[in-house]
Amino acid sequence: MAGGLAPLATLLLLLLLVAAPLASAVRPVSDAHRSAAAELFAASADGSFGDLETTYEAVRTFQILGVEKGKSLTGKACELAAEKLAPSSSSPAKDLFHAVRISGVVGCSVDSSVYDDVATRLKTVIKDTNSLLELYYSVGGLLSIKEQGHNVALSGADSTFHAIKALSQSDGRWRYDTNSAESSTFAAGIALEALAGVVSLADVEVDPSMIAVVKNDIVKLFDTIKSYDDGTFYFDEKNVDATEYKGPITTAASVVRGVTSFATVASGKLNIPGEKILGLAKFFLGIGLPGSAKDCFNQIESLSFLENNRVFVPLVLSLPSKVFSLTSKDQLKVEVTTVFGSTAPPLRVNLVQVLGSDSKVVIAETKELQFDLDNNVHYLDIAPLKIDVGKYSLVFEISLQEPEHETIYATGGRNTETIFVTGLIKVDKAEIGLSDNDAGTVESVQKIDLQKDTSVSLSANYLQKLRLSFQLSTPLGNTFKPHQVFLKLKHESKVEHLFVVPGSARQFKIVLDFLGLVEKLYYLSGRYDLELAVGDAAMENSFIQALGHLELDLPEAPEKATKPPAHAVDPFSKFGPKEEISHIFRAPEKRPPKELSLAFTGLTLLPFVGFLIGLMRLGVNLKNFPSLPAPAAFASLFHAGIGAVLLLYALFWVKLDLFTTLKYLSFIGVFLVFVGHRALSYLSSTSTKQKTA
Amino acid sequence: MPKATSDAKLLIQSLGKAYAATPTNLKIIDLYVVFAVATALTQVVYMGIVGSFPFNSFLSGILSCIGTAVLAVCLRIQVNKDNKEFKDLPPERAFADFVLCNLVLHLVIMNFLG
Repeated sequence: MAGGLAPLATLLLLLLLVAAPLASAVRPVSDAHRSAAAELFAASADGSFGDLETTYEAVRTFQILGVEKGKSLTGKACELAAEKLAPSSSSPAKDLFHAVRISGVVGCSVDSSVYDDVATRLKTVIKDTNSLLELYYSVGGLLSIKEQGHNVALSGADSTFHAIKALSQSDGRWRYDTNSAESSTFAAGIALEALAGVVSLADVEVDPSMIAVVKNDIVKLFDTIKSYDDGTFYFDEKNVDATEYKGPITTAASVVRGVTSFATVASGKLNIPGEKILGLAKFFLGIGLPGSAKDCFNQIESLSFLENNRVFVPLVLSLPSKVFSLTSKDQLKVEVTTVFGSTAPPLRVNLVQVLGSDSKVVIAETKELQFDLDNNVHYLDIAPLKIDVGKYSLVFEISLQEPEHETIYATGGRNTETIFVTGLIKVDKAEIGLSDNDAGTVESVQKIDLQKDTSVSLSANYLQKLRLSFQLSTPLGNTFKPHQVFLKLKHESKVEHLFVVPGSARQFKIVLDFLGLVEKLYYLSGRYDLELAVGDAAMENSFIQALGHLELDLPEAPEKATKPPAHAVDPFSKFGPKEEISHIFRAPEKRPPKELSLAFTGLTLLPFVGFLIGLMRLGVNLKNFPSLPAPAAFASLFHAGIGAVLLLYALFWVKLDLFTTLKYLSFIGVFLVFVGHRALSYLSSTSTKQKTA
Repeated sequence: MPKATSDAKLLIQSLGKAYAATPTNLKIIDLYVVFAVATALTQVVYMGIVGSFPFNSFLSGILSCIGTAVLAVCLRIQVNKDNKEFKDLPPERAFADFVLCNLVLHLVIMNFLG
């Protein structure tokens, strides 16, 4: 608790930041998404978006969001598409699919002969393949050509329909091809989209009983939907470790595309609960601003499919602001829109319940919100609700006014939103004073006004106590307990002490008994500055207030007392550069001059020269050297062997290690013993012969 | 005083005469010992001038010389025919020992030389 704690202002700022994320819950698609998309799909330096798929995702996202892009970008995209569509290029169905769709979105001018050729190629693929992805790409490509105004018809649509349907599983999911055992939710979405394409491409009507079977599959698929507590629904693969795992956003987007496309072409209504569609919309909106281009495309395109679909159009309830001030008498404003922020049909919004932060019901009676036609918001004055400052959960109920809208729109019934109510907190009955230790008789009490600058000046010794008390009450007169109430004592030597001021129901009161605190205060007598900090997220007038100073007289420090920390360490300094470590190497030994060493090397040769001269003077000769060839050879080899060993030693000194030396030495040694024995025994035998002779 | 000088001269002369009677092979060994000791002394002088910094090298050099001188003295004892103790030992065998000991000694010396 001593000095070195972060400044209180930082704490208060952090508190405000804690409240900030609450404001970014479910909101309709807005300009923030547009700028995020423009950032995520940033074109590279040459004006392209990368590969075909990314290019399609980029132009499609911009089209939905209505972001205008320059001519050069669309030109580049068209160029890329035309290159893949050219009859000379043998692009696979996947590339054709993306290229055709890019042309459709951007509006490139493509010759009808090119499209005829592409259509023929895609139809061949449809006939030959039984892979779901290939079927999806070719059907999708054909559909896109048809949507661009060319006359494309798929003959034998029933067999294609069957080929796709044959891959479906009993739980509503699909397989990628007939050989794979894995079934996937992502594949189900793709298959549904392909089936919808087949139905719209068919030259004769597809068997209605087949369509009914697929509708049943969709219902089963929606039984596998996953959910969060807050009414958010999403699709994900059953086995997340499967080879083709793509994550919940991609999977859910695929299902939304497939189901809404199929609902558009199928007659009659799909039997899907509206809350699940609304839950999917909440899931995609709940992503907020996506982190990657892929997620952005999936989010925006799925929402655009949900915005206008034949199952249910989700209506999202959102709050423009989640913080309401009692001081400025804010109105509670609620918007109900589609996912892209379009106006909802006439409806009523009721505030059904208000829950406190501890989930206790504060208000249980239903209140209807007024509708402001101009701004398209529902509003309610907060003041008559008599709710106090704090954090609340509001439960809203939406009811459509026209009964026939019930089958078109999904409102989800009850919606819960979390809000903050802030207000000015009244501070009064603030008192500061000193009392004696034993009796508790108050010697001097000063009333202070914590809203204004005060500078009390007190003087105490260690036998006295400092008392500080005050009361906090909300605008409605209730007691208020903020998150942070601190009293700070700051010694003139910059040593700081922080004390938490405990609060009871009635008032906040702290008694500092200096006798018990002398050790904590490091026996530092002198002037202490007093500061009081009161802060809370719901308190509009959070403050840090200097109270004045206290002249404290403490006993002398005993020998063993802990020393105060040298000085407050800047908490950021530990991230700064560390002191440089200078390495010290051992100073090299003093070596003699080179000339001297060389001279002595020569000097060591002098005795050898003397030795040779001495030998000559003694008249040494080699008469004893054997003259017969065999002993002479052995004698020479003996001397050569000794020379070899000495040479090996020299090599050992220069570069070899002990083990290699010993290895070679063992060979030479054996050889040397053999020849040495032969040479010397011959010499020995000749000398004994001479003696006996 | 002149008497003492002449005595010393006389002594040295008689010593030289007696030494001249030594067999040549023993003289060769003596010469070898002198050569080895002289080399060792040269190194000691060098050490005295520049200090003993690579001390292991210095020790190797000195011990190599002294060691081989001691071995040569041993050889001389064994080869000398006046030493009845080694009468049965052929001089060739003594020389073989001398060579072997020298090779072992210098293996150690080289290892220590650094």
